[in-house]
This record gives sequence, C-alpha cells and structure tokens, in this order.
Amino acid sequence: MKFFPELKKSFVIALWFMLLTFPVLVIRVNTIENIVVWRWINLAVIGSAAFVLSFLWQLYWRRKSAAAPVSVAQTSALTRRMSDPKFYRPFLIVIAALTLVFPFVASHYQINIMTTALIYVMLGLGLNIEVGLAGLLDLGYVAFYAVGAYSYALLNYHFGLGFWTLLPVGALLAAFFGILVGFPVLRLRGDYLAIVTLAFAEILRLVLENWNAFSFGPSGISNIPRPGFFGIDLTLEQSAVYMYFLLVALCVLTIFVIHRIQHSRIGRAWVALREDELACQAMGIDKTRAKLAAFALGATWAGMAGVLFAAKTTFINPASFTFLESAMILAIVVLGGMGSIVGVIIAALAIILLPEYLRVLGDYRMILFGAALILMMIFRPRGLITPAGKTYEFRCSGKPAAPEKRLP
Amino acid sequence: MTPLLEVKNLTMAFGGIKALDSVDLHIEPGQIAALIGPNGAGKTTLFNCLTGIYTPTSGDIFLNAPGGKARRLNGLKINAITALGVARTFQNIRLFGGMTVLENVMIGRHPRSSAGILGAIFRPPATRREEQDIVDKSYALLESMGLSESANELASNLPYGAQRRLEIARALATEPRVLLLDEPAAGMNPQETNELEGLLTRLQAAHELSILLIEHDMKLVMNLAENIFVLDYGEEIARGAPQEIRNNPAVIKAYLGEEDDAEAQ
Amino acid sequence: MNFFWDLLLGGLTRGSIYALIALGYTMVYGILQLINFAHGEIYMLGAFTALIVASILTMQGLTGLPVLILAGLVAVLYASAYGFTVEKIAYKPLRQASRLSPLISAIGMSIFLQNYVMLAQTSDFLPFPNLLPPSDFLDAISVWIGPSDFVIIVTSAVVMIALSLLLKFTKMGRAMRATAQDREMAMLTGVDVNRIISRTFIIGSALAAIGGILIASHVGRINFYIGFNAGIKAFTAAVLGGIGSIPGAMLGGLVLGLAESFGTGYISSDYESVFAFAILILILIFKPDGILGRSSQQKV
Repeated sequence: MKFFPELKKSFVIALWFMLLTFPVLVIRVNTIENIVVWRWINLAVIGSAAFVLSFLWQLYWRRKSAAAPVSVAQTSALTRRMSDPKFYRPFLIVIAALTLVFPFVASHYQINIMTTALIYVMLGLGLNIEVGLAGLLDLGYVAFYAVGAYSYALLNYHFGLGFWTLLPVGALLAAFFGILVGFPVLRLRGDYLAIVTLAFAEILRLVLENWNAFSFGPSGISNIPRPGFFGIDLTLEQSAVYMYFLLVALCVLTIFVIHRIQHSRIGRAWVALREDELACQAMGIDKTRAKLAAFALGATWAGMAGVLFAAKTTFINPASFTFLESAMILAIVVLGGMGSIVGVIIAALAIILLPEYLRVLGDYRMILFGAALILMMIFRPRGLITPAGKTYEFRCSGKPAAPEKRLP
Repeated sequence: MTPLLEVKNLTMAFGGIKALDSVDLHIEPGQIAALIGPNGAGKTTLFNCLTGIYTPTSGDIFLNAPGGKARRLNGLKINAITALGVARTFQNIRLFGGMTVLENVMIGRHPRSSAGILGAIFRPPATRREEQDIVDKSYALLESMGLSESANELASNLPYGAQRRLEIARALATEPRVLLLDEPAAGMNPQETNELEGLLTRLQAAHELSILLIEHDMKLVMNLAENIFVLDYGEEIARGAPQEIRNNPAVIKAYLGEEDDAEAQ
Repeated sequence: MNFFWDLLLGGLTRGSIYALIALGYTMVYGILQLINFAHGEIYMLGAFTALIVASILTMQGLTGLPVLILAGLVAVLYASAYGFTVEKIAYKPLRQASRLSPLISAIGMSIFLQNYVMLAQTSDFLPFPNLLPPSDFLDAISVWIGPSDFVIIVTSAVVMIALSLLLKFTKMGRAMRATAQDREMAMLTGVDVNRIISRTFIIGSALAAIGGILIASHVGRINFYIGFNAGIKAFTAAVLGGIGSIPGAMLGGLVLGLAESFGTGYISSDYESVFAFAILILILIFKPDGILGRSSQQKV
C-alpha cells in the first residue's frame, strides 16, 4: 500500500496526542463537589483529528520535498494580480463604490463592526511601518494606541477639548511617547527590542490600571463624546455612519501617506535597515534616526487610531490595551505579508470581521487565532501578499526615459 | 603631497588580544594601494576601524580633504564616515537581497540626498527632482559596471561575480574619496578577475578615486597596486612597491608559514 | 528587621521559581536564539496536570507525600511531552525561516495553549490542594521560615545543582553546550542537533513544571493565565543574568525575585510587575549582555 508508512506514523502520532491531551481534555475535576468528570468523547475526537491531520501534514511535506525548491523571487498569483493595473483599477472602483454604499444598506450593528475593522486597518498599517518596512519587531504597539485613547479621554475630561483638536494632539503625544521609548531601546537587537517594547506596554497598562487619581483605574473613563459634526446633534445611527466615513477618510489618508513614504528615500532606507543593518549604516544611513522615524511614525498612527477608538466606543479602560491586542495587530501585519499595504488591509478586515461574523465559534475564536498564527508561519511565512520590488523609470546618457518592463 | 587617508599608530585590542598593533598606513590621492597578509592578520579589522564599525583602542585615523583640514575619523559613527567619503565593500557580500539591483545602488545615494518624511509625503518639485536624480545616477552606475540589464532583478538572484560588482557600484554611489574593497576578487574565476582589474583601473581614473584593497590574489595585487602594506599578526611587517614586497624575506616567511596562501609565491 | 527577613525570604522563594523557569528560556535561547514565548504555558500546563492528578488522588482519600510525588512526577512527564511536541510542531518546520517567524509562531502557540486549557478546563481559578505533609521538622523551622518557602528553596537548589552537574559531566550535557556554542560545528563533529534541541526542550519543560507545581502549592490556586506573567518574568530573569548562561539564569531569577519582593514591600504593592519590567528595560539598555552573559560582538 502506497501510504502505509504515513498511515502507520499517523497512527502513532494519534496515540501520542491522545495520551498528551488526556489529563487536560478528558478529566475535569470538580473540587467543590468532589467529583471527577470523565469526558471520553474528547479522547476519540482528538485521536481521529490527530490521525487525519498528521496524515495530511506528512503528505504535505512529502510533496514539498519532492517539488523543486521555490525561488524567493517568485511571487504569488495574488500578488501578481494586485500589481496589474488592468486587474486592480476596476477592482478599486468596485471597492470604492461598495465602501460608499455600505452604510446605507447595512444595519447599525454591521456599520459598527466595519468601523472597528477600519480602526484595525489603521493600526495594522501603522505597525506595518515599524515591523514590515523597518523590521523593528514591536510587541508593545498597543501602548501607543492607549496613549492616543487616553489623551483624548483625559484631555477632554479635564479641559473639555474637542475631538478635532485632540485627534492631532493624541497622534503627536503618541509619537512623542514613541520617541521617548524608542530613544533608549532602538539600539537593541531584534528579539530584545521585542521584549522591551512588550515591557513598556505592560508598564503603561499597569500604571493606567493602578494610578486611580490619574487614569480612573480599572473602571476606566466613560461618557467620552463622539466627534462633533458642525455642531449638529446626531442620532446614534447617524453618528455611527459619520464615524464610519471618518474612518474611511482617515484610512485613505493613511494609505496615501504610507504608500508615498514607502517609495521614498526614507522608505528605502527602512527596507535596507531591515535587510542588513550594518551594510545599511555603511551606506551612510543613520541607523538611530531611521529607526526613530519609523517608530515615531508608526506610533502616530496608533495614537490617531486610539483617539478614534475612544470616540467610537465612548468608554475606555486598561483592559482594551493588553498584550493580546498587540499580538492581534502584529498578526494582521504578518498575515498580510510584511510591507504590503493591500495585504495588511485584507488581513485586518479578515481578522476582525471573520470572528465577528463567525460568532458561532464563540469561545473557540482565540484558540483558532493562535493556531492560525502558527500555521501561517509554517505554510505561508511571507504572508498573503508579498510586496514586489518597485521598478523605476530612468533617464540616462541622453536617452529618453526608458520604461523598464516589469519582471515576468 | 599630503596623503588622503592616514593611519597613525593604530591599535585595536579585543580583551587582551591585539588584533592590530601600532599600524601605520597612508594612501595618496588617486592611488591604488593594497593590504595583504595571511588569514587572521587583522586586515578586515583594520577596515572595520577605518569605517567606524570598531572604535580603535588607540591611534589616529585622519581623512585629509583637499584644501580642507584633516578630519579625525576614529570615534565617528559608521554613517558619518561614509558621508565624509569613505565607502567599503564586505568580504562576505552584504547586499540587500530582498531589494532590486537598482534599489541597492539607490540606497548608496542616501548620504548625497536629503528628502525627509514631509518631502516624501508632499513630494514638492525639489524632492521629485532629487528622486529622479537618484534613479538616473544609480542607473548610470549600473551601466558603467555592466549591470544595467538586471537593474530590476532581486539582488540575491544575481550570480556571484555580479554581486561583487554590485557591491562596488553601491559603494560608489555614496561618492567616496576612498574606496575600501575587502577581497573583491574572492570567488571569481580568472576571467572575471581580469575584468575586475580593468574595471578598477577605469574607476580610479574616472572618479579620481583612492582605492585600498584587501586581496589574496597576488597577481591582481601586483598588477594594480602602487603601494602594498603587509600585515601579519596585527603588525605591519613590510610596505613598499610591488617589486620590493615580492622579494621581501619577512613577507615570504609570513606567507610560507601558512599553507592557505601558498599560491602567493 | 522581621519585615526585612520576610521580604528576603519571599524574594528568595519567588526568585527560585523564576530561576527554574528562566533556565528553560536560557537553554532554548542558547541553542536556537529563539524566545520561546510558549514556555510560560508549559509551566502552567505542569501546574494544571499536577492539580488534576493531586485532586483525583485526594478524592480517593490519599494524602501527604505519595500524592505530592506522584502528582509531581506525572506533571513533569506531561510538561516535558508538551515541550517536546510544541517544538516539533511550531519551531522545527521554521528552522530555516527568518528570526521573526519562530517568534510569531511561539506567540501563536502561547495563545493556543492558554485557550486550550481554558476551554478544556475552566477560566476560573482552581484551588490547589496543600500537599505538604505535616512534619515535625517543618513545624520546628516554621518559626523563621514558612514550610512551603523552605521546600521551594531547597527543591530549586537541588534541581539546579543536578542540572549543572548534568550539563558539566554527561555526554549529553557536553553536546548541548557544544550546540549552543556553534550549531554547525557541533553538527560536523557528529552531534545530532535535532535530538539535542528536543532534549533541551524536554529538560527546560521539566524544570518549568517543577516550578509550576511548587508555586501552585505555595499560592494555593491556579488558572489558565498564570503562565503569561510568570513567563515574562522568567524571561526577564534570564536576560538579567545574561541569556544563554545557565548560572546567569539562576542568579537572574534570584535578583529579580528579591527586587520584586523588596519593591513591593518598601515602595508599593500595586506595582509588583512594574518593578520586574522596569528592571528588564534598564538591564537591556545599560547592560544588554546581562550580569553573566558573554558579550556579543557582531562578526563582519
């Protein structure tokens, strides 16, 4: 039989997983009533699932090792589609039309979910500057988000300042915080940087949680005003639509700005920094300044998203700014394909919208999220969309601009 | 004539071990000089000191700008030294593999351009001109190095010899006065090495460059270099014109002591 | 003075646990340069397994030392098995990938394991039975040291000495150290690197499980989320001591435990974790190679 070795191995693996998960999955101890519940059905489920999955897993690796090694330069079909104007122009028009029509056909609930998703698009694009472009693994991105949200909530509470004043203020404060954090830590190497940013974010969260006089502690701040609309009072539904369009506008702005920066002198310097820090410095790039710029710019967007989040939910507390939130945003960047704007947008929408619409999954959402991160790294480590190198038009030795053909 | 690059009494110690011990070296404007010596003699360490990757333990490195006053390089950051006009290549090629060939060279234009974040966002005419200038100059460099065909390919997909040339192009893009080449011919076949020789001669003439190269290929060194410095165990054991070096007993001894470089007759 | 003594003891107890978990981080980092984010979850799984076994046994009317030993043994075995499996699934396929990939995979694994325990067991805190058998000796010393403090400090010390001996004098220990120094070279000299990596995970997980059982019986309750904080702090300890260094992890654990203990005692108890994180940041900024770490100069 052709698959006998694989089947045999799958059987062993299934047994292994049944054994491994036995105490946690099968036994449940109720120490109050002193009874033990045995859930044997779980054992059968795990056994058969492990058998099937490990069989597929082995087939995958067998096929992969049989196939020719894939060149790095080869880009996915999706990527090629996305960079073909014939494809993406009509596509963009359809998207734009859908975006405009959406709030008038969707329910209040759906508009709210979409608005949340758009906040994550902003967050994803912002973190993408740090992680995707500059290669700075920031596990504490949520701190900048928190700075933005609390800036709005607190400055509004104490000084009665409005949304439009505080949107740039929140962004600036977050950028300032980014520089403050970035200055000492940016010379650390990759994974140390990750942990230090995580530590900063946790410190900020713990301070917000415990410093009642400043941040109102775990109970948070409520009754944060929604953004005003030329002094007109909006109904709840109207303000949801308003909020939605506000976010659409800001997302478009974000995409525009990031696209431009990505294809500029600074954006190139970031990518070079990600590729080889030492060679990058040897090309005359000030490492510290480039990193700080990436950090501050990424933080700016988190700050803005924070202000919008506070204005949208009208209530914030430290529980919204846990490490899990940072992990979620990071997952968006990674899933989207680091450095790709389109990828990040798709990933943000997928990660936020899918679970919302798959409420049936209920408590299983997070475990699936964890598994998805792992599987993504194993099977598609470069993300949904791998950014292709840009081609430039050049004039030289008196010849007219020679548009280079894109790589096949 | 004042030398362009001057190294005086340079010592670099790691813990107790002196990788460089009171080394003196100088390069005249427009001169090709070579730094040779057995493996582990401290050649790359010297390059690392010259380019700011290491801060020397003691001694001085001066860059004498024509007409200007001497700049002391030790203690400066890597990028600052590049901006002053010292560029280098690496022994184990360090290209930006995920970027295109052209983009690699464009990165080299960084210290000679100035657009910031605001410029990137609003793209005023000045930034646009500068950007086009970066592209044009980079492309011209690729042409002069015979790499323009593969301008839009990923750097990591280039063959080995072309990668070495691309590294040189990238270094040239920073408009250096002194170019430091760390084993530019390593891994090249005889024909490629020949081409490299011609290329370096042309470059030196075209850009009025001073070149200091580390190289194990003695034929290349003897053909190119006007002046040769020999390091062994971190100390300078000889210097002079190719003829003198060839017959220097200390050099012969240092090389014969090591089998790897037996081809250096 | 009495207050000071209490804080010192509390710090040592805490620090011993951090040290036990930190060893797992430092060993894995030494070999794979990977921050094994899921390591804290292994510790949590160890505590949970021990809780389940101990609860069943106590319901059968058993008490005392046999329960402790049996529960401990099962927990250590299971935690090692989990550590082994986690490496095979989440890290081994990524050996050739960029350094970010395994780190993200590790974060995914951490989230997965937390939710796995939460879904299969409960999200509430579970009481952990007190397993320390009453003994005249412990009663006698309880005037100046709590019985569980004593057990934790002594057990950790014994385990850490055993580990040091293992690494120093056995063939496996030598192979592990060689792999940590230079993986390729070790491979060339005939070390089966994959096996060494697996064993590193197994040993690290066993140590974490021991830490998990000790702290669970000390604190008296656990939930699915205890691994996150403990993991971060243990990692802090490992970095503090100089990541990759075994004695460094032990020392780092103790220093961190003491710092937290005195910080909460003399400054404010609300900010317990803040002290740990602040120390981590300061160490990484001013002495990134830690107290006992080797300096890492980049090779050009």
